[in-house]
Amino acid sequence: MTALAKLPGPVLRLRRGWRPGSAALLIGGILTACLVGIALTSLVWTPEDPARMRILQKLKGPLVSGLLGTDHLGRDVASMLMRGAFNSLTTAFAAVAVGAVLGTLAGVAAAAGSKFDAVLMRICDALFALPPILSAIMLGALLGPGALTAIVAIGVFMIPVFARVTRGAAMQIWAREYIMAARMAGKGTARITVEHVLPNIAGQIIVQVTIQLAMAILTEAGLSFLGLGLPPPAPTWGRMLAESQTYLLQAPHLALAPGLAIAVAVLGLNLLGDGLAARLDPRRRQAS
Amino acid sequence: MTGPLLSIETLTRDYALRGKGGATRTLRAVDGVSLAVEPGSVFAVVGESGCGKSTLARIVMALDRPTSGTVRLGGDDLFALGPKALARKRRDFQMVFQDPYGSLNPRHSVGRIVAEPLHLLDDAPRGRERRALVARALEDVGLPGSAAERYPHEFSGGQRQRIAIARALITNPKLVVADEAVSALDLSIQAQILRLILSLRDRHGLTVLFITHNIGVVDEIADRVGVMQAGRLVETGPVREVLDHPREDYTRTLLAAEPTLAVLGQRKRRA
Repeated sequence: MTALAKLPGPVLRLRRGWRPGSAALLIGGILTACLVGIALTSLVWTPEDPARMRILQKLKGPLVSGLLGTDHLGRDVASMLMRGAFNSLTTAFAAVAVGAVLGTLAGVAAAAGSKFDAVLMRICDALFALPPILSAIMLGALLGPGALTAIVAIGVFMIPVFARVTRGAAMQIWAREYIMAARMAGKGTARITVEHVLPNIAGQIIVQVTIQLAMAILTEAGLSFLGLGLPPPAPTWGRMLAESQTYLLQAPHLALAPGLAIAVAVLGLNLLGDGLAARLDPRRRQAS
Repeated sequence: MTGPLLSIETLTRDYALRGKGGATRTLRAVDGVSLAVEPGSVFAVVGESGCGKSTLARIVMALDRPTSGTVRLGGDDLFALGPKALARKRRDFQMVFQDPYGSLNPRHSVGRIVAEPLHLLDDAPRGRERRALVARALEDVGLPGSAAERYPHEFSGGQRQRIAIARALITNPKLVVADEAVSALDLSIQAQILRLILSLRDRHGLTVLFITHNIGVVDEIADRVGVMQAGRLVETGPVREVLDHPREDYTRTLLAAEPTLAVLGQRKRRA
């Protein structure tokens, strides 16, 4: 992140004044910050131990026992939700890191006019054609359920997304005259990629990271719902939803709490991504 | 060294175009061009867009390879050199590009941009010495040395083109190719940049290959001019001779199409 902070120019600097994407950026930023804050807080403090079962307190409503009530085993829903945020986010971050790093490498290599361009892009097309949830079920059968399965399944299917975004953006940069000037300075493809291409597409990659984080949280919840995420007793939003089904009429708060958490997390990250994209769009960015 | 600094002989560059149904045809972008540029002179290549003059510039800069023909710079055939030797040779020829907004990386400081070609030198100065060299190069083109710490977006088009010229000159090249180097600038700024190029030529003994579509600019800057049409050099000669007594119809067409201030003034007087 230090490299990003050092980026000169108007990319990530927040300016005064209302500009395109300001509202989205503000709301998305606040929601995302809350999400990360809650996830980190859960490491040092939760109202109750999220795994502690108190069978006499089971299925209590919100504010009757704890802030958000208890589930069918008497566990504190608020505590589970907090720890679940951490579990969701770490899985999503790891998956997006896999996808972003490998996808960016593939995209940058393809755009540099390498002979692998066609091959890389056809592989990406093939990966694109596979639905991640189904493939994760397959992968889960192969590797067994767990964090690794979820990370690999989600991450692998993000590679083509990042590869395409990176390739398109990098090809635009390769057409610039300053690339020709760098070649006149005797610089090779790898050096030009590091010095000229990557810094100029970093903004677009960051936007994609936030949007894909939202996708990853959603997919991770789906996988946990199907029992392919973190194994119990680690609380995950997806499994909380799955377990709530049986008690939907008796205790609707059990479904509402994780459902709303997923929705708000995805909304926050998407708004953040949209806001950043509007900021970075050269057509909408005012000349400084 | 005597004789021309740059000599191009029967240079041809074909591009394969893939048409519909996989049929290929070749486009001859540059067709048997020969020209020689004397050291310390300004040679202008003029022609309308698509006539192959930018392809010619790319080949002279060894950014592209010719289909046939040779480019000699100071006696060395550029395309007979190995990659190492070519990289070594690059310090002798640099380029100024058309678009001063596209030719400077917006994320790099002006100092870093200007210093980029120093990559070509094995014994490139570092640290304070390097900064002093960059500051001198900037002052040489009429910018303050402190510009090195700023970023391209803080400068106007004309100032950016000065930065691009400082970059082209930092390795003390013998030849500078200016590809439409003033076409993107306002008229008054064009004149300033042209004067700067001429004064740098006088101060550093620079040789300039000036590529342009604007025959009015040729009049201002060039010693000799070559008129290019559809890949061929149709007319070459001293600038006064070609502009005042064009032998080719095409040159006359170009001249007539150019509303230079002088011509506009004549028309006004006649009216």
